[in-house]
Amino acid sequence: MALVQQSSPHAHRARPTSRVMLWVILAALPGLLAQTLFFGWGNLINVVWCIALALASEAAILKLRNKPVAFFLKDNTAAVTGLLLGLSLPQFAPWWVSGVAVITAIIVAKQLYGGLGSNPFNPAMVGYALVLVSFPVAMTTNWAQAATLWGGAPGFGETLTTIFSASQTAVDGWTMATPLDEYKHKIATHTAAEVLQHPTFGDQVARGWEWVNLAFLAGGTLLIGLKIISWHIPVAFLAAIAIMSLAFGNNVDQYAPLQLHLLAGGTMLGAFFIATDPVSAATSHQGKLIYGAGIGILIYLIRTWGNYPDAVAFSVLLMNFAVPFIDHYTPPRTYGHHKARRGLPGRNGG
Amino acid sequence: MTQLWDFSGGVHPPENKQQSTRRPIRMAGIPDRLILPLQQHIGEPAEVIVNIGDRVLKGQKIADVKAGMGVPVHASTSGIVEAIEHRAVPHPSGMSDWCVVIKPDGEDQWCERKPVSDYRKLDREQVLGMIRDAGIAGMGGAGFPTDIKLRPPRDRKVETLILNGAECEPYITADDMTMREHAFEVVAGLKIMAWILRPSRCVIGIEDNKPEAILAMRDAVQGTQIEIAVIPTKYPSGGEKQLIQILTGLEVPSGGIPADIGVMCQNVGTAMAVSRAIFEATPLISRVVTITGEAVRDAGTFEVLIGTPVSELLTAAGLETGKLDRLVLGGPMMGYTLTTDTIPVVKTANCVIAATAEELPAPPPEQPCIRCSQCAEACPMELLPQQLFWYAKAAEFEKAEHLNLFDCIECGACSYVCPSSIPLVQYYRYAKGEIRQQRAEQLKSDRARERFEARQARLEREQQEKEARRKERAKAAAEAQAKKQAEAEEAAAQGEAVDDRAAKAALVQQALERKKAKASTKAESAPEQPLTDTREQPDIESLEKQLMQAEAKLSTMQGMLEEAKAQQADNVDKLERAVAKNHDRVERARQALTEARQQSTPETETPSPE
Repeated sequence: MALVQQSSPHAHRARPTSRVMLWVILAALPGLLAQTLFFGWGNLINVVWCIALALASEAAILKLRNKPVAFFLKDNTAAVTGLLLGLSLPQFAPWWVSGVAVITAIIVAKQLYGGLGSNPFNPAMVGYALVLVSFPVAMTTNWAQAATLWGGAPGFGETLTTIFSASQTAVDGWTMATPLDEYKHKIATHTAAEVLQHPTFGDQVARGWEWVNLAFLAGGTLLIGLKIISWHIPVAFLAAIAIMSLAFGNNVDQYAPLQLHLLAGGTMLGAFFIATDPVSAATSHQGKLIYGAGIGILIYLIRTWGNYPDAVAFSVLLMNFAVPFIDHYTPPRTYGHHKARRGLPGRNGG
Repeated sequence: MTQLWDFSGGVHPPENKQQSTRRPIRMAGIPDRLILPLQQHIGEPAEVIVNIGDRVLKGQKIADVKAGMGVPVHASTSGIVEAIEHRAVPHPSGMSDWCVVIKPDGEDQWCERKPVSDYRKLDREQVLGMIRDAGIAGMGGAGFPTDIKLRPPRDRKVETLILNGAECEPYITADDMTMREHAFEVVAGLKIMAWILRPSRCVIGIEDNKPEAILAMRDAVQGTQIEIAVIPTKYPSGGEKQLIQILTGLEVPSGGIPADIGVMCQNVGTAMAVSRAIFEATPLISRVVTITGEAVRDAGTFEVLIGTPVSELLTAAGLETGKLDRLVLGGPMMGYTLTTDTIPVVKTANCVIAATAEELPAPPPEQPCIRCSQCAEACPMELLPQQLFWYAKAAEFEKAEHLNLFDCIECGACSYVCPSSIPLVQYYRYAKGEIRQQRAEQLKSDRARERFEARQARLEREQQEKEARRKERAKAAAEAQAKKQAEAEEAAAQGEAVDDRAAKAALVQQALERKKAKASTKAESAPEQPLTDTREQPDIESLEKQLMQAEAKLSTMQGMLEEAKAQQADNVDKLERAVAKNHDRVERARQALTEARQQSTPETETPSPE
């Protein structure tokens, strides 16, 4: 009788990494849908392009590294990286900009560091930050103006050719400064009421952007409900922005108002889908709170006093740096112990 | 309503308990052979007290622990001792150990029994002795001798006695069925233990997925102070530390025992065994075992004689051999796989899962850890499983220990939830094993080093003592010398020749001078003393002797000076002075001798002027 010999436990919950990643992708779809409805086909095309390129890059580098290609491609993590870039890049970003971002993300930020699980930085954000500093014009002038699919957004074919054509001439008529950008640059010389006259703000907070952010919030809440992510990072992230905004920027004639911080730009995408990348985030509950709050604070600082209108990528990367440090000093208190053992053995150990 | 606390983490694996609770507990009957391992408990193995060929009766002691911790083993039925040999025993390693093999005679004839109807009339020690003699060891899994557990350290008063009826692990239903069918016996056993320990609180914790057991137990505790605490179903609520936390809100200190916080946990099966041991004088010769899994047609619980091979139980439960893929002793979370079905049921065996490949599939290949922290969310001990995993994998054991590796109870919750299907618990076991081995080796090398150092120290000490003695002698000698010298100097300063030889030389010289003067006067006046030269003769001899002695002394003094110089002693100056003085003395002695010779020669050679 040939009996299987296995170490306990013998039972396993059937939720592998591939399914976790699939849930992340599914939870991001409402956001993508909102982006498509309110800003046209740009994001959808970017997402498809970025995912395809991410999978191709991953396959190529895995092959070079002599790793089993299919085994790793099936974990869906490369697809998530592609998806996140497609969701966060400007709608009309030319194909080569997104291409550089994706290839950098997969090959440099992920695989050259050792592949899945070994990358200290969020791959998508490394790619994003690289193209943001390398191609600032392409990254700031290609944001689609809010125009619903049924009211004014350029058609699928037009968008596709714009993204994949060499010349970017057609773009001008379809783009517009993002609400955060507009507010940041006009508020120095205008009152809040005057700034808000700009069409990018619309009737509520930020035309189109508010729905996109709410959709990502909904998707993120689903992930928390499914226990795929924990609430600590997004809540600390959003709370930090809110507290910073209320504490330092409550004068709307000087600073962007709180609702704009929360519902414009990449706030919700960042809070629920980017900052929560487990590989590059802190691990303990306390650590996650510190990590999320750190990102929120940095986002507020950079948006308000820095050069960039939005700052999710830089803030996430800066906090990625801090993760090993945070992890060392935020272990939980183990059952039966009086206090947590912080730091390294032989030092602050309790 | 009993106040409950929650423990952190925990998981909700599929319970799979209903398959084996549909039918009442069945008697497994007498097997073809009984295989009774001598070690079914924590402690020393029992020593066989029967011989091959002996006929033993049911309940007869066949092995006992004479020295050290442990409990006896009894024959589960009457029969002939067929062999005492190595057989495969239940152990994760699949190892063999000493077993007594009994061929039952089918008569099931009891040995003489002396039941006790009112244990309260007995001494507590007597009751504890009966529990020990009944061979009872914790039936929840660890197998710690119950009588020893019931004697907590003197300074640890057990305030809360907990009966663990949580049975949180999937598939296992032995305690559930025991409580359903033997509630009164369980409660009676609990009462005996409470009588021994005199706790202020007695509580039975049962997971809320066992409504029948809860009802039966509620009925059985009517009219007593015993509480029934219905706790939420969450694995591992039946872990001792977790159940204590749920029922008392207290945590067992790391490295400590529940008695440290005034708590003790006992298992439902153990309580029943205690009851039977006292009221029926029945030793622990049978237990309730769940036989389940998709490879058996008729899963259920069986009252099984200890020593019954698993194969017999599988047959009784209708094993479909073709479907069997994995045989697990214990539950799917903490149980271990068996290498063969010839392994006997022991006192700690509560469940056998005959699983098909679909039921407990082989885990998919391990993927990289994505640091998702699901494991930390699931950990009931609030550890950081992923960090422990990295450190175990990287063999950074010091860091793993720093993160409390040894607080891990190996419940398997982390591995259960891991999306990357990493066998985390296996890594921890590996790390623990490595650390234990390192410690053992460290201890060994420490001892060797200590021995070596002690020897070195001893040799050095002896050498130093020798040296010290030598120095002492040299010092004493030098002091004596210096003293003599000082006296000599003093004497010299006072114009006295204290030094015998030098003084004699000086006296001789004085005498010679006087004689010289006399002789000259004699020679001038009259030859009144013609025998002068005969009296001169011994003087020269003594002078020669004195010179030799003075020279010998000088050379000794010079030797001492050399040595003193070599050792840079602080008496060098003194010695130098002493040597110089000796030198002068030798010179004087020599001069005196020469003069004496010159004087005697003319005296002898020169004839009288007449």
